[in-house]
Amino acid sequence: MTSRTLDEDAEHLLRELTPQVLGAVVRRFGDFAAAEDAVQDALVAAAIQWPREGMPNNPRGWLIQVALRRMTDQVRADSARRRRENASAEQADLVVPSADAEYVTERDDTLILLFMCCHASLTNASAIALTLRAIGGLTTAEIARAFLVPESTMAQRISRAKQTIKASGIPFSMPTADERDERLRAVLHVLYLIFNEGYTTSSGPDLQRSDLTREAIRLTRAVHRLLPNDAEVTGLLALMLLTDARRTARTGPDGELIPLTTQNRTLWDRRLIDEGITLVTASFAKGAVGPYQLQAAIAALHDEAPRAEDTDWPQILALYGLWMRMSDNPMVRLNHAVAAAMVHGPAEGLALLQPLDTDSRLAGHHRLAAVRAHLLELAGDRDGAIAHYRTAAERTTSIPERNYLLTQAARLRESGERSQA
Amino acid sequence: MKYMLMMNAPRGDGNWGVANWAPEDLKAMVGFMRRLDQTLREDGELVSAEGLAAPGQAKQVRAAADGTPITDGVFPETKEFLAGYWIIDVESPDRAYAIAAKASTCPGPGGKPLNMPIEVREVMSGPPVDAP
Repeated sequence: MTSRTLDEDAEHLLRELTPQVLGAVVRRFGDFAAAEDAVQDALVAAAIQWPREGMPNNPRGWLIQVALRRMTDQVRADSARRRRENASAEQADLVVPSADAEYVTERDDTLILLFMCCHASLTNASAIALTLRAIGGLTTAEIARAFLVPESTMAQRISRAKQTIKASGIPFSMPTADERDERLRAVLHVLYLIFNEGYTTSSGPDLQRSDLTREAIRLTRAVHRLLPNDAEVTGLLALMLLTDARRTARTGPDGELIPLTTQNRTLWDRRLIDEGITLVTASFAKGAVGPYQLQAAIAALHDEAPRAEDTDWPQILALYGLWMRMSDNPMVRLNHAVAAAMVHGPAEGLALLQPLDTDSRLAGHHRLAAVRAHLLELAGDRDGAIAHYRTAAERTTSIPERNYLLTQAARLRESGERSQA
Repeated sequence: MKYMLMMNAPRGDGNWGVANWAPEDLKAMVGFMRRLDQTLREDGELVSAEGLAAPGQAKQVRAAADGTPITDGVFPETKEFLAGYWIIDVESPDRAYAIAAKASTCPGPGGKPLNMPIEVREVMSGPPVDAP
């Protein structure tokens, strides 16, 4: 190998191996925080040595060995009490499990690590950062870049997160049966936030940062491989694929936002749509239906329509109705009102918005104003629509969305002036 | 979500008259600011923080017809000047307000808190839509 940097395959392999290696080291030493640092060191060592010296025959074993050596060094540098543990650590150093001998343990390890990184004691921002590093194998610098914060800040955030985990005494084991659903929901929520962060972009002027999107899909695929029979895991993966399929159609040449109705649908990624539809269909056969499955099913109905006017709105309305019976989420009510407007006309949709004005979770939210503007426009109330587009533009904290809303208001104003002239 | 915390100083020298503060008061103020930045950095919340030079050195710049800069030394009549700012990345608006309140207590003459106003503005970095 002559190139000085890792090729894409090797980088992919490193990331795939990260949780397995980390799991092996944590099992040996029990210290998650220190093990995570040691594994990062091993990943960095691989990125430097592999391009120069060639890929080792057993990359996983190589990484575990390097990480264990780092741990041993660390232990040696620590207190006298810790020094006694050296002997066993050094012995462990020599025995590296074979790649396939411990598949079950490996599978459990990745899940246990995910449950730890997404534990409820962490803030969302901390859980996201730790998951990307410990499970995703991203470097602190890469994560910092993705979230547009300095590397030192991200390093501190990760280190604090690990301290929190240590302090809360979460054991390195599978959650108990009665905690499991809730803990899995927390994991899926973190993966969803990573995807969303990449997709809606949250920071800066670019509408999407596809690296985070790709990373979220990769991690969710991994969870899906580990838990193929979980309907919501399947639903979340389907939702991501069905949403990501529209990525290139979602923005114009200047990064401006293009709404679903006017997107060039020939740009949608058919392969992702087909995979997403297959997954979501399979998930509905698994029994109980959850919110990710419902969102995926709604996304599938949009993706299946050759033209915007072919969208199966009655079916979408029914799915939102089902979702509303399951949860009291005001965002769901808002989207339900849009679907109702598309099926029964804007007046019906506007009437459904009324109670949301007094819902403290949504009142004053830009999405409520944006939806009302859209429905008023459909109802032919141009002045009302302009006013609400402007309100929404003032309230949003997303630059592309603000520009879109202002453009909507300007377009209506101009068409009004033309019709008066 | 990211916020910009702006520390506005009253017009005059734009600096709360720090030139006339006692040395120990200056020391307390500098120490307070340093510790605040340090804490924010350690908490993984600091994106950036800068103090700005006194407004006496400030210039108004606009482009001439040919695009060359025209500088104007006369500063506009405003009541306050931006003395410094922090950009923080926090979990909630309440956390941003708590940090702003902390900054507001910067000690002034005699160690008495300045309780200066801190303007809190959200950076256009749209929080991701919440999960269902």
